[in-house]
This record gives sequence, C-alpha cells and structure tokens, in this order.
Amino acid sequence: MTAFPLLDPALCFVILTTAVLAVAIRTVFAAVVSFIVFGLLMAIAWVRLGAVDVALTEAAIGAGLTGVLLLSTVARIAKHRADRGDDVPILEGPEPDPAPTDPLPGLATQSLAIVLSAAVAAALVAAVALLPVPAPGLVAEVGSRLSETGVESPVTAVLLAYRGYDTLLEIVVLLFALLGVWSLTADARWGGQPGLRHLARPDGVMAYLGRLLPPIGLLVGVYLFWIGGYRPGGAFQAGTVLAAVWLLAVMAGLVPIPKVSGIRLRLALVIGPAVFLAIGLAGYPLHGAFLGYPPAIAKVLIILIEAGLTISIATILGLLVAGAPEERPS
Amino acid sequence: MSVDSLFTQPGLYGVTGALAIGIGVYGLIVRPHLVRKIIAVNMVGSGVFLLFGAVADRAAPGPGGDPVPHAMIITGIVVALSATALAATLTLRLSRETGRTALPPEPEDPAVQDKES
Repeated sequence: MTAFPLLDPALCFVILTTAVLAVAIRTVFAAVVSFIVFGLLMAIAWVRLGAVDVALTEAAIGAGLTGVLLLSTVARIAKHRADRGDDVPILEGPEPDPAPTDPLPGLATQSLAIVLSAAVAAALVAAVALLPVPAPGLVAEVGSRLSETGVESPVTAVLLAYRGYDTLLEIVVLLFALLGVWSLTADARWGGQPGLRHLARPDGVMAYLGRLLPPIGLLVGVYLFWIGGYRPGGAFQAGTVLAAVWLLAVMAGLVPIPKVSGIRLRLALVIGPAVFLAIGLAGYPLHGAFLGYPPAIAKVLIILIEAGLTISIATILGLLVAGAPEERPS
Repeated sequence: MSVDSLFTQPGLYGVTGALAIGIGVYGLIVRPHLVRKIIAVNMVGSGVFLLFGAVADRAAPGPGGDPVPHAMIITGIVVALSATALAATLTLRLSRETGRTALPPEPEDPAVQDKES
C-alpha cells in the first residue's frame, strides 16, 4: 500500500467512473459492457481489501456470468425485435435507451431521483464516518475452533461448518431461481433446449477458444474446488469456472445443452443439495445436531459436500445463464 | 468517530460503495429499459457488498481479514446472480410477448385502469 499511495484513490475513481457510465451511457449494450468493467474493477478492490475469496467470486460471477447473462439478454431482445419484423438489424443495432416506445420520466422525477440518490449516498457516507472504534470482528472466534472443522481456509470453514445452514439454503435458492426461470418457458417450447441455439463458424475464433479453453478451465475448476480446504477457493468459485467453460463450449456450438427434461441433467442439479441434506441429517446420530460433523471425519464430509455442490452449482449457474428454452423442441 | 476515518483505506472503499449505491438508485429510478434497471440493482448490490466489506475490514485489516463477512458477501454475490437471471428471463418473456422492454407507464387515475382492463 505504501509503494503506490495513489492506487486506492485511483481505483475508486475508475470504479465510480464506470458506474456512472453504466447508468448514463446511451445504448444498453454499452451499459452492459461498462457494468462488466465495473465488476472486474470491483474484484481488484476486493484484493486490495485482502478478501481474495470475494475477489474470485466477484470476478467469476459478479462480472463474468452476470455479464454473459446480460449480453445474451440484449442479443435475444434484438432477436425478438427481428422476429417481429421491427426494423432493427440484429448485430449493428445496439438497443438505444430510451427506445422510441419507452417513456422517460419527467424533469420533476429526474430531479427527485438525484436528490433521493444523493441523500442515500450521503447518509451511508455519514454512517461510515460515525462507526464506533474499535471495530467489532469475529476473527478470533473463527480461528479458535478452526482445527475442529478439519479445513484450513477460514472462509470455507464459515461457509460449510459454522454457517453451513446458510450455504444449504443458498444452494436451494439457486435451485428455486432455476425453477423460476424454467417456469417462464412458453408452453409450446417446454422440453426444448435452454436458451437459443448457438451457431458459431467452425473456423471462427469462438470455435477455436471453445476447444482451447475448456481443458484449462476444467483443471482450474478442479484445482479451485480442492484448494478451497486450504486457501481461497471452494465450491462456488470452482462451480462458476466449470459453468463458464461449459457455456463457452456451448456457444462455440461444440456441445448441445441437454434438454430440460433430461434425467441426468436433473440428477446433476440436485446432487449437491441432496448430499448436503443427507450429511446434515446424519449429523443427528453422529454428532447430536443437524449439520454437526464429528471432528475426526469433518474434513472428509466437507470435501464430499463441496464435491456435490461443485457439480450442482456448475450445472445450475450454466442453466441460469442459458435461460428458458426459446425454441420449439425438435 | 470522525471524518478522518473516511481517509483510511477501508474508509475510502466504504465511501466508494456508498456512492455506487447512490448511482445505482438513480439509474433504477430514471432508466426505463428493464436491462438497465437490472444493471442498476446489481450496482446497488455491489455497492452494499463493498460497503459491508470495507466496514468489516476495519476490524481485521490486511490479507485474510474477517472470514464471516467474506463468506456472507460470497453468498450474497451468488444469490444476486440467481435474482438477476430470474429478472432477465422475466424481461425476455415480456419482450417476446409484447415487444416492449420497459414497463408501461402507470395510469394516473384508477378509473383509467378500470376502463382498460
């Protein structure tokens, strides 16, 4: 920090600049790109704050998957326009905002919005300035019983041992979100492949990257899953990387996305929550509490849960980004 | 308990988070396009995470830090993605069914609503 005294202020300045761009820039496409840059810069901010686990998650999910999701949403909206016969070229016509049909709020609303958002920001800045000293924290409490969890990474211990309940409910939230996405499928398209069919040129850069990167991504994903017990990493980061290389291969047209009705796909979706629940219930006879791990085998149980979670998270995240089926099943 | 705490490293990132929240709130209100509203909500979320992480960083500065807030933020980022995916799918359904990418303006008078429905 001492070597570059201006690094933090400069980083914060660029973060806020991209934030303003994402709100103020003319086209929706440019706004999405600004938001992706914003997310990547946020990941660097997390590294500066010493939160490498959060940085990995923010880069992979906050910027990466959210970015792909929003870009594909913009592309699909353009395709809907083209399907309806509106005069908007699919690739050359970035969606302007406001579109001619969308009403902008009046001047009074805009002024009120400025006042309101400035008030919110000012109140939060004041709250930061008025925080009590010394700051409270849970570092000592987490460290004092870390050895009983069998894992060395404190963040993994919090996610899967101390606050295992949160993570169990989190994976269920992911599953419910996917059910919500699927339930928005139009009746005629139910049972088809999620998302649009991707057709990449066989000699294009996408097909090339789709072949080059998945082996590397697989290795990185498995590494992140395994290292999560010791250092920053874990099921969520690993699952995200695996989902990303899967989506890459799908977009390159190399592998089809399985149909939503496929039984193997559904097994992959539920294996994580199922293993988590089973081990959690086994905690009653083994250790006298739901999600109680006997210290002797805690590490094995946590790795088992993480392995199941990695598979399910990769599948769920990939399918969340792919979206509801858009074409009739053939 | 002073303005000085804003000029420390955690304070700086806390202020950045607070301003990102403000920018997101403005975008959410003013921009009609639903994809831009989704971006704005995500920006508010990112700002909340940064504010939270920066405030927590005061207790345990440097690498490592306090793992409890970090784990909560990781959970938050994942849940934000699932909410974003659901919102994007709702937007796509609206776009496919109606061709619109913004919500229709609210009728000023309840009687107008009755007449339309």
